[in-house]
Amino acid sequence: MPKEHANWSPYDNNGGTCVAIAGADYCVIAADTRMSTGYSILTRDYSKICKLADKSFMASSGFQADVKALQKVLSSRHLIYQHQHNKQMSCPAMAQLLSNTLYYKRFFPYYAFNVLGGLDSEGKGCVFTYDAVGSYERVGYSAQGSGATLITPFLDNQLKSPSPLLLPAKDAVTPLSEAEAVDLVKTCFSSATERDIYTGDSVEIIILNASGVRHESEQLRKD
Amino acid sequence: MKLDFSGLESSAPLYGGNNGLLCDGFSDAPSFDLPVTSDFDGFQKNSIQMVKPAKGTTTLAFIFKEGVMVAADSRASMGGYISSQSVKKIIEINPYMLGTMAGGAADCQFWHRNLGIKCRLHELANKRRISVTGASKLLANILYSYRGMGLSVGTMIAGWDEKGPGLYYVDSEGGRLKGTKFSVGSGSPYAYGVLDSGYKYDMTIDEAAELARRAIYHATFRDGASGGVASVYHVGPTGWTKLSGDDVGELHYSYYPVEPAIVEQEMTEAIVA
Repeated sequence: MPKEHANWSPYDNNGGTCVAIAGADYCVIAADTRMSTGYSILTRDYSKICKLADKSFMASSGFQADVKALQKVLSSRHLIYQHQHNKQMSCPAMAQLLSNTLYYKRFFPYYAFNVLGGLDSEGKGCVFTYDAVGSYERVGYSAQGSGATLITPFLDNQLKSPSPLLLPAKDAVTPLSEAEAVDLVKTCFSSATERDIYTGDSVEIIILNASGVRHESEQLRKD
Repeated sequence: MKLDFSGLESSAPLYGGNNGLLCDGFSDAPSFDLPVTSDFDGFQKNSIQMVKPAKGTTTLAFIFKEGVMVAADSRASMGGYISSQSVKKIIEINPYMLGTMAGGAADCQFWHRNLGIKCRLHELANKRRISVTGASKLLANILYSYRGMGLSVGTMIAGWDEKGPGLYYVDSEGGRLKGTKFSVGSGSPYAYGVLDSGYKYDMTIDEAAELARRAIYHATFRDGASGGVASVYHVGPTGWTKLSGDDVGELHYSYYPVEPAIVEQEMTEAIVA
């Protein structure tokens, strides 16, 4: 007997793009602020970035209801960690927590494409990139979301660093300064906005370094 | 929609006599054998799935006189898009056991980490290291219990225990095979070709490493879903060591150097005043 199929889907794609770049002593995390459904724009002013810890920020594109649930789960797990250990979670520890949280819903996944950015315990920038079910990798830069296929080749050209798998190991730190990296991110988003209908309105940029957190915002095309 | 049967028409004339007995007007017309099923589209989808290309990757491992050699590429693809060129496909379960990754990245990463935890618990409970046989059985039993639920794992567990070097192939269908030479992934046919032609039990570590490296390189050359960095690990009596990690693009030019063209006259740039 042919299988019956449901006439609704629990998922929706709200679009958007997220980017993160790791530097020697800083990390830049950015996401556009457009939230869409189908061909409609729901709002031009939605933040996809969430502060999970003092030195860990997560930017997620995909289905924002699942993203919101994921952010809540991780924030509350971090609060419990702080009660139990009397300190903040390090970025690599948060990275593994996110991976496990995603995999526990392996058979009904969070439709969220995440990028985690922050500073590791040595103060160096770190970026972790994920797929929807939790496989993750520490990288020098990453883009996720609807504009990722447009941005990633550009970042490969500008930032491509030797693979961490090479032996003898080559240093993989981005040589860019913080100001150059922020400028690069703004360039990425304005280019992606030109060719991706789900990316635009404005880009929210978080810059994390030894002296703390800084916010920047840049207007993008609203068409 | 009319199906085009022109390819089935034969040039030889049909027998007149037989036609009389069998014909009902239809035996003259050429036809495909179609499956007798109510859900023709679903059937087609399933048959395409059956011949779907294997997990996009190349991993290999083999046992030789000095232990186990393990090698893999580092490309991850999502359909036709390369999502990463720097994926760690050789997973360090503990200092004397390695696992390889083929199939779903999250499935392999998560279950190998889980296996590492179980191996450590075994050590604490039994005051001795777990054997490769035992570790591979733990993983195989877990994967068997999730059989049919869509996990995609094609892994090799390589290690050195009291019985010497050990190598097992474990997959998400629940299969577990002991062996001396395996290659898993879409690039495995190419890797097997190089591996089978160059393998000798009495190789030195360097010779075996070079064989493994070449096998991965040739697989990445011909298979679009494999590429990135060829990593080679050796598992010996004191545990594993990473022997090399080489970009396959650069390996190509070291194996097949480009002869510089003989230039008779060279033009130099005009100096602009």
